[in-house]
Amino acid sequence: MNYRMITYLTGQIMKLEAVFMLAPLLVCVLYGEGDYFSFITPAAILIAAGFILTVKKPLNKEMSAHDGFVTVAVAWIIISLFGALPFMLSGDIPNYIDAVFETISGFTTTGSTLLTDVEAMSRSNLFWRSFSHWLGGMGVLVFVLAVLPQSNAKSMYILRAEASGPKVGKLVSKMKSSARILYSIYIFLTLLETVLLCIGGMPLFDSLANSFATTGTGGFSVLNNSIAGYDSVYFEAVIAIFMLLSGINFNLFYFLIIRKFTDFYRNEEMKAYLGIIAVSITAIIINTYHLYGSLAKAFRFSSFQVISIITSTGFATADYIQWPEFSQCILLLLMFSGACAGSTGGGIKVYRVVLLFKVALKEIAHTLNPRSVVTLKMDGKPVEAGVVKGVVNYTVLYFFIFAFSLILISVDNMDLTTSVTAVITCFNNIGPGLGFVGPAGNFSGFSSFSKIILSFDMLLGRLEIFPILLLFRVGRR
Amino acid sequence: MNIIIAGCGKMGIELIKILSLEKHNIVVIDTNLQVIDDISGDFDVMTVTGNSSRCDVLKEANVSKCNIFIAMTESDEVNILSCLIARKMNAKHCIARVRNPVYAEQMVFMREELGLSMMVNPEYQAAREIGRILHYPSAINIETFGRGRIDMVEFKINPGCVLADMSLKEMTAKIKVRVLVCAVQREGSVFIPSGDFILRSGDKIHFAAAHDQISKFFKITDPDKERVKSVLIVGGGAISYYLAHHITEDMGMQAKVLETDMQRCVSLSERLPRADIINADGSDHELLIEEGIDSADAFVTLTGMDEENIVLALFAKSRGVNKVVTKASRFSVLKIAESVGLDCVVSPKAITANMILQYVRARQNSDGSNVLTLYRMLDGEAEAIEFIVRQEADYVNVPIKDLRLNKNSLIASIIRDRKYIIPNGDDKLMLNDSVVVVSTNKYMRDLNDIFLH
Repeated sequence: MNYRMITYLTGQIMKLEAVFMLAPLLVCVLYGEGDYFSFITPAAILIAAGFILTVKKPLNKEMSAHDGFVTVAVAWIIISLFGALPFMLSGDIPNYIDAVFETISGFTTTGSTLLTDVEAMSRSNLFWRSFSHWLGGMGVLVFVLAVLPQSNAKSMYILRAEASGPKVGKLVSKMKSSARILYSIYIFLTLLETVLLCIGGMPLFDSLANSFATTGTGGFSVLNNSIAGYDSVYFEAVIAIFMLLSGINFNLFYFLIIRKFTDFYRNEEMKAYLGIIAVSITAIIINTYHLYGSLAKAFRFSSFQVISIITSTGFATADYIQWPEFSQCILLLLMFSGACAGSTGGGIKVYRVVLLFKVALKEIAHTLNPRSVVTLKMDGKPVEAGVVKGVVNYTVLYFFIFAFSLILISVDNMDLTTSVTAVITCFNNIGPGLGFVGPAGNFSGFSSFSKIILSFDMLLGRLEIFPILLLFRVGRR
Repeated sequence: MNIIIAGCGKMGIELIKILSLEKHNIVVIDTNLQVIDDISGDFDVMTVTGNSSRCDVLKEANVSKCNIFIAMTESDEVNILSCLIARKMNAKHCIARVRNPVYAEQMVFMREELGLSMMVNPEYQAAREIGRILHYPSAINIETFGRGRIDMVEFKINPGCVLADMSLKEMTAKIKVRVLVCAVQREGSVFIPSGDFILRSGDKIHFAAAHDQISKFFKITDPDKERVKSVLIVGGGAISYYLAHHITEDMGMQAKVLETDMQRCVSLSERLPRADIINADGSDHELLIEEGIDSADAFVTLTGMDEENIVLALFAKSRGVNKVVTKASRFSVLKIAESVGLDCVVSPKAITANMILQYVRARQNSDGSNVLTLYRMLDGEAEAIEFIVRQEADYVNVPIKDLRLNKNSLIASIIRDRKYIIPNGDDKLMLNDSVVVVSTNKYMRDLNDIFLH
């Protein structure tokens, strides 16, 4: 283990977070809100600590895969612990554990909230909450890789640990350039959405915060009633489209830019993703038609909700708990599948689902004819045996952790739907669940212990399990 | 620059290592998924899985934007075909590794007719290098500059050598041979020496000199070593063939090749009429004595196994053979071989990597082939580079003593109108001179880089 390098990178991240805290501080100044020190104090602590950790550059810059995983896990925990301070210091969320839950929910782009009255929060804190979605969406360390002048060849392991999906491919030779391209696309999408929302008449602050929450597939809104509070078809349409785009592998956008259209169209994962969405919307429209009375209205609410859930954003325009069980079940399954690999969305990822489906088909074929030899293919190319194994392992681990968390949460004696969906929604970084944690409810009913467990679930889900698990194996190689 | 490397064997990986240090954009192509997976974790490169002679694979690697395409797969034919297709898909320069001796005689024809920039044959190059070492048995290594007019010679100062405890100024005065010591390696560090530098026994020095001066130099510094007349070679692979051919046909030496495989022996004997081919196991010490290891002037181990080569070389040393040369394929073995006292270790891969690096460096310059020759010395700690003075820069026509050179750089020689100059302070650089510079500053691309600004 290269502890020096891990400490050094953590220090860099802390300095970076201090810089990011200047953004809500600016909001604080612009809106004339008094509590500057709720941001200045944590920023000063971060700068000081970051400076101490990075004062000496490590001589040995070699990093193993294990080091990369641990760096990512440590960095995410640190930014969450410090990122929670503004909420606590300003008094908006006085309990530190609650503040940490809210922050982790922000950085992991979950969007589960403990707050009953969001509108009572100060503007600067609301901004910081939404901004954390944006930072966590593409990855904080990916940002570091994009801006740090000298990146190590081995820092590929960091990219792999932080990016979503079983396989991380580079767009261009240099990782730094790859990270920059990804962030450019991300920034472009965010700004475009902000402009479109502004044109529709949303205030600049709201449109920026909602754009952060959309492109990061987070789900924190600035209104108590989430997006439903605006009651505008235009806003819903814009946000739905950008949620849909943010759930697609960002590499594909790059293929579009460099005019590699065949690579775009051939992508099986995207096709499956769009297919699942189309089928789900149709099914829910049929199922909820009697509630809304008109096709347009049913389409408006069902499409927004399906996209919001599958991309793991978690915005709500309808209280889907009132929907029939069939529709709720569809949403529940969408929570598991999640968005595409390489997007900002959470969940198991459509790539894994498609691959597992193909593995299952292959096994059936193999049982029918034990002598048959079948190659697994994705996008017309054979899939490495290692990737298949990794996906199967991931899924097995995923359900073990799911079961383990559920048992721990059930101590709170909530009803089954609430407990199960609370874990599902946190683990998959969605936001709202069903029951008491549905779109109209929140997580404040859970005990502190459960909040800590759910916080860990969010981190496990966002970093795709292994970094956090490996953290418990430090020094044991 | 955008560089594509097809084929990731030992050679390919070494190239990735060197070229990624120089900050190029590298795309790697290989058919083996496992290899590709390892590489994408270890190096900052983009990877493509597939056969490099397929258009779609090349397209995925963005071959049309690539400056240099290097084919290093194990098959000569795949390399040539990949280069041809890459060339048609607008790759600017193509380099193919072609190692089958069958193609050796038509290399120039093939390169020119097929439109390739370079064809490298590691075994052939290694054989040439061993040939040069055998020509000057006192030298550890020799590299030529200025189209063969200047040599950069590596030489170890053994205990008892006249040069030990002598400053470089004294050396020039006493031995009266026109050589210039460019770099000294002592206990792992590399120095670019000034005139007051005192040599010690155990130092490895690199000096620049012309051919006639080298022989004179060695007559004084290493009078015991005699000219090599007979060479015993163990192993009958491609290098052995090229080497035996070279030393028997061009250098008038006697060569005896030991090879275990009968068929291989037959084919060698057909193509090497002047060499003795022995069908025997060269790793058998008794047999080596029988075949006259004690009377041979030089012993070259060229079996396929690095370990065996080292053990055989050590055995030859213990029998008191004047000059022992070892081949090592793996880079990790190179250092170990040196640490057990084997000075002359030749690595075909390192030689090829240097050649390609030299080519890449030369292409990097905006005004074309500024770098003529590049030689990485002392594990890449220092570099000797031959530049051409192409433009009227401010360093042209100024006496060297008035030029402000970087601390770790030195002008080793100047070649002007087919004559070489070992420069002193009063010499000047002129337009169209080719200048050999030695420096420990890595990644020099232009003559300008050696001056202080």
